Amino acid sequence: MTEQPTLDVRNLRVEFPGRHGTVTALDDVSLTIRPGEILGVVGESGAGKSMTGLAVQRLLEPPGHIAGGEVWLNGRRIDQLPEPQMEKIRGREIGAIFQDPLTSLNPLFSVGRQLVETIRLHSDLSKPAARARAVDLLAEVGIPAPAERVDHFPHQFSGGMRQRVVIALALAARPRLVIADEPTTALDVSIQAQITALLRKLCKDHGTAVMLVTHDMGVIAETADRVAVMYAGRLVEIGPVAEVVARPSHPYTRGLMGSIPTLGARVPRLAQIDGAMPRLDAIPTGCAFNPRCPLVQDRCRRDRPDLRPMGAGLAACWIDPAAAATETAA
Amino acid sequence: MIPHTAPSALTVSAMTRRFDVSAPWLNRVIERKPRLFVRAVDDVSFEVPKGGCLSLVGESGCGKSTVARLVTGLYAPSEGSIAFAPGADGRPLSVQMIFQDPYASLNPRWRVFDIIAEPLRELKLRETEAEIADRVAELLKTVGLTASDGRKFPHEFSGGQRQRISIARALASEPDFLVCDEPTSALDVSVQAQILNLMRRLQDEMGLTYLFISHDMSVVRHMSDQIAVMYLGRIVEQAPTEVLFAHPRHPYTQLLLETIPNVTAPRRDREPQAGEVPSPLKPPSGCTFHPRCPQADSRCSAERPEMTAMPDGSRVACHRVEEMLARMA
Repeated sequence: MTEQPTLDVRNLRVEFPGRHGTVTALDDVSLTIRPGEILGVVGESGAGKSMTGLAVQRLLEPPGHIAGGEVWLNGRRIDQLPEPQMEKIRGREIGAIFQDPLTSLNPLFSVGRQLVETIRLHSDLSKPAARARAVDLLAEVGIPAPAERVDHFPHQFSGGMRQRVVIALALAARPRLVIADEPTTALDVSIQAQITALLRKLCKDHGTAVMLVTHDMGVIAETADRVAVMYAGRLVEIGPVAEVVARPSHPYTRGLMGSIPTLGARVPRLAQIDGAMPRLDAIPTGCAFNPRCPLVQDRCRRDRPDLRPMGAGLAACWIDPAAAATETAA
Repeated sequence: MIPHTAPSALTVSAMTRRFDVSAPWLNRVIERKPRLFVRAVDDVSFEVPKGGCLSLVGESGCGKSTVARLVTGLYAPSEGSIAFAPGADGRPLSVQMIFQDPYASLNPRWRVFDIIAEPLRELKLRETEAEIADRVAELLKTVGLTASDGRKFPHEFSGGQRQRISIARALASEPDFLVCDEPTSALDVSVQAQILNLMRRLQDEMGLTYLFISHDMSVVRHMSDQIAVMYLGRIVEQAPTEVLFAHPRHPYTQLLLETIPNVTAPRRDREPQAGEVPSPLKPPSGCTFHPRCPQADSRCSAERPEMTAMPDGSRVACHRVEEMLARMA
């Protein structure tokens, strides 16, 4: 593949020094997103999926910091850029969409004013031109009567419409990368489908790379091209979404898939992963998943597995999936 | 699966709950604003069979949590009635509730032991401290925790474990009927599976009856015998679980089932239906779903559809379904 990835994260490590020692929130995370591609990042609370998005934008809460690895955006290394340069990248080259559309908009300004401010910050458009562009943006994200709605305030929009405004804001400067952190979690299902369809359309139309962070495997299965599964601050599996969903390689991914109640058939009992994810200050040695893993072997408790080719993607597991499959079947 | 002939544990008939959302008196006088009421629950009737599970599903603002609060007596109905069947001792079945957010529903300053012991002490279900301690230990074991966990505070537990504590507290007074308001919405999927499995096991072991509230169709399918779909305060369709999923009849139920992202059979090319839930302050005339309905005609905007019973046990409030039945007859 000769095409340069929009985002290239290499061996990223994020640490939070504290009174009781340093906590490693992200460890050895490597991933790439190509133009026009949607990478889903999935995992349970505390797995580090939002942290990955924040680290790429360098929005970590101090004392959290990038302690190792590299972040490349469009062929340019950005993890060591001084803050003033980074500020120009945020919004212009990386757009951000957060979970709660109500808190990401300023309630005191009309959406038009917020859009115009963002557009003018990142371009030299005049005020009227920026306003015309704001109306275009609102139309693009599917807001009816945009010329009228541009003067409305956030509270005058419904939840789904507000999230569309947030998407319009994220797209204002035509960024090459959009990081969407749980963009549909606060919305109802019928609205959720509208928003994911919109994200997919925008990604296709503009060749924008999207990092879609969510805990909902259903949203990933229907939206993303590839999926990265995270557990306790590390990637455990990454690969094409259809493959990972149909034939998960890592035991954690398999457990995650089994625990989702499906619309297909009613089962007497859901597959469950016993226990809970370890706290980041008490990650077990070896594979972090070993205390909950049904296939655990001695080696898993001792050595940490790295990502290696498995199935159609990569997975961090010592156990061969073919051998594991026969074992589970037996 | 519970047969439909099972005696009902709870009968709700024509229940309505209005809330006064008027502006303050002074504003009403000066600005000549009228009084304003929102019908959060509007003419809702259902029965829950003993030992069964009825689920209420719908999007935010459809009134499903208000129904939960009405059934547990936290609100009084404005109209209609709620009747629990008599239990073994002749008194009405006792009811308890499990709340959505296990972070907000447990007192952070109390030890888990005291949280679970409170109903025992308050209702004088056990005489001595030793008996209370035994009962709390037993409850903790029932929900998959250990007796020594009683000494800890809620913050020492994960979300899933906290929800187990809420369940133990709800079970302390030996209820026959549990109202569960989105008990797994705040939990991760793998933990959600643990809690759903626990609730199913408790139902089998203790013969509990559940009224289950959720917005998640796949969770509801896993848990319930009967499903009632709510839209803007009204039940638009009620059917046995398998019938509802095999033959969703109301256009809103079809929309809900259509839009759920499906992991096993993802539909990436779907064209989502436009539109959103209107404000319950100004519900549309006639059938409240008509502005979003692809099959709506002039009758739908003028006349409110009544519940029509179908031969396979489902009940639907839709003019189209009613007309189809009339043609077949």
